[in-house]
Parts: sequence; C-alpha cells; structure tokens
Amino acid sequence: MSEIIFTDQNFEQEVFKNPGVALVDFYASWCGPCKIQGPIVEQLAVEYVGKAKIGKLDVDANNQIASQFQVMSIPTIIIFKNGQPKERLVGLQATEKLRAKLDELL
Amino acid sequence: MVSHLLKNYEVVVIGGGAAGLSAALYSARRGLTTILISPEIGGQAGTTFEIENYPGRGFVTGPELMMDFKLQAEASGTEFLLTEAVGLEKIDQQFLVKTPTENIPAVAVILAFGLTPRKLNLPEENNFLNKGLSYCATCDGPLFKNKIVAVIGGGPAGLEAAEYLGRLAAKVYLIARADKLTGEEVIKEKITANSKIEIIYQTEIKQIIGEGQVEQIVISKKVGEQIEEQVLKVNGVFVKVGYLANSTWLPDFIARDEKGQIITNKDTETNCPGVFAAGDITDIDYKQIVISAGEGAKAALRAYQYIQKTPRLGTDWGKK
Repeated sequence: MSEIIFTDQNFEQEVFKNPGVALVDFYASWCGPCKIQGPIVEQLAVEYVGKAKIGKLDVDANNQIASQFQVMSIPTIIIFKNGQPKERLVGLQATEKLRAKLDELL
Repeated sequence: MVSHLLKNYEVVVIGGGAAGLSAALYSARRGLTTILISPEIGGQAGTTFEIENYPGRGFVTGPELMMDFKLQAEASGTEFLLTEAVGLEKIDQQFLVKTPTENIPAVAVILAFGLTPRKLNLPEENNFLNKGLSYCATCDGPLFKNKIVAVIGGGPAGLEAAEYLGRLAAKVYLIARADKLTGEEVIKEKITANSKIEIIYQTEIKQIIGEGQVEQIVISKKVGEQIEEQVLKVNGVFVKVGYLANSTWLPDFIARDEKGQIITNKDTETNCPGVFAAGDITDIDYKQIVISAGEGAKAALRAYQYIQKTPRLGTDWGKK
C-alpha cells in the first residue's frame, strides 16, 4: 500500500523529519466530504510513490497533531516540504489541484 | 492536465446536491454524455445529520444518503469535475459553462446549485472562516468536542445545530435575535432539556475576536429598553442565519425572481431553451430532498427531449 497512515506517534518521523514532500489529508469517519477526498488522496499516493509521502490522518484518533495545526474544518490538506507546512487547503480538493500543488513543491 | 475542452458534453449539470445528482443519474442513464460540476458533493442534504423523511430509507444520515446518490450517478456514467461554475455563455445553439480553469461546451445545462448559507456580514467574518467559524455544524462540530461554542440563529437550522452540538460540546450558547425560538417542538424540547445549552434571546452578535482563531464574541443584548454588550469566551461560532440564492454569476438572460431564485415552469424549464433548473435554487415552494431529487430527474428527462429535438448537434459531434 502506498498510502501512509499518519498518526500522532509517527508524524515526527514521517513528516517533520522527512527531507522531501509530504501530503497529509486530515479526515474523520463522520465527515461526508472526506469520503470523497479519501479515494482522491489514495490515487495520488499511488501516482507519487517514491516521489512524495502521501496519506491521511484521522483527527479523532490523533488529536495532538490536529490541534497543533489548528484543524477546525475537514477535510483539510496540508502539504509539507522538509518538515515545514507549505500549503494548506480546506474543503474538498480535486485531483488536478493537488497534483499541481505537489508538482510545484517537488 | 485532463482537458474537458476536447470533449463535447450533451448535458452539464451544475450542482452536487440531491437535484444535481439525480439529474446526472437520469441524464447518464438516457445515454447522454454527462458531467457534473460542483466544488462539493452532497449539497445541503449532505450536511444534515439525520434524515428521517426520505422515503424508503427510514433513518439515514445526510452524508450516507448523498454518497449513495453520488455512487449511483457515477455508476451510470456521470463524470465529475470538482470545481465551481463561474459563468455561462450562449453561443449559437450551444452553451459554454465556465470554471476558473476551463470552458466546457454543452448542448443542455441543468442548474441545480442550491442555496448558500447567509453570512453575518461582520467585516472580520472571512478571516475566521475554518478558524473557529463555520456554517455547518455536522461538518465541523465534532472538532469542537468538549469545547465552548456559540450558535447564531434561533430558527430551525440554528436549533438543529444547537441540539447536535449540545451532544458534543462542553457548552453551547444559542444566540437568538427574537424573544422566542422557531422550529419543531421536538427539537425545542431537547434543547431546553439540555443543561449544556444556554439560550440567549433578543441578542445579536457584534464582533468576533481572536488571534488566528476564534476566542471571544461580543454580543449585544436587549434588556428592557437598554442594550447591553457582553463578551463570551468561545472556541467556535456556528452561523445559522438562513440561506441565500447566490445566482449573481448567471447571465442576465436567465430569468430570476426578486430573491435571486431561478424562475422555472412545472417542467423545470427556464426562460432560455436548453437551460433547465431544479431544486432549491429554483422558485419552487418546497425545499425538500425528495422534491429536489424528483425535480432533478424531471430536468434531465426534459433535457433529453430537448436534445432529441436538436439533431444538428447530436449528429455533428460523433460520440466517442
């Protein structure tokens, strides 16, 4: 599986200490639009395998990271480069847009 | 980049709620090349927590019901473009639907983009959007578990939001402009029985304060003949002050009423042949999921009939 499951525990390693680009989809099981966003992110994870770390973070189970980034509306997607947040997108995002943002940072 | 420019769509549906998804389903099932354009999927129904009046489904949540609508439209062959429509042009016998990045040609257009939440009209409002300020309790509510929130609006949508948030938040202020609440008795009873919900009547919100996120709100309360200002500490503000028909982006040749709602006849036809409208954005009296779904289906069937009558378009294009 190419999609990464980000958690409070692995965030340091997978994102903050990651020297490249990482895309995190902040979601929850009760969120309708997240169910549409999910497969889009999964598809990108396959497409960018080896190029960027792409995956999701369940805000209910990983409150620490969600609070740290003040996620107050989901889906929220944050794209990191060298451990730093570079792009923050709130609401449902289309594949094209995410691809463009990723390519900009790669 | 995938271009929708090179493809000729017979039907472009604008809107991803009950009306739009039903229109797309019916259109695609008639064999028409169909694309649905909307920045979100599910519409207002998708943001409703509990739905008990959609026939045949008993009790269902809004996101669940609308996801099924979407899957069915998709399975029937509808394509989806997750962006907003910003313009509509008529060129000879066809239409051009404009999005921020591309123009999509269409033989027939179905307008089904529903209503937009009304804003408070505070100058700082947009700065706090997604930073504690939300127009959708079921979308963002669970992120305020055990926090303090204010719901602005004493109407049915405000009551529904307060009742829902009352299950999660530590404290809910329900700010009502009038001296009483308006809505279903069942919900009113639930609200008054919940000690976490404090109703503040005859009150308006004046200001939102916070650094980077919502921290406080200033309210002005009518006490007798006096107006008293008060500051409340809150983590979130949920705005539920009604809905607007946001149709100003449409060209003048689409007739609308004084509320901005698209004027349709009983067959979902607008004053412009080839353009149909369905659901809450039309001047129909009842804003209900089942009605929107029906109207959407009707619009697609009418669009099919319209396309059949304009063979010059169908034959020239040569479907792939």
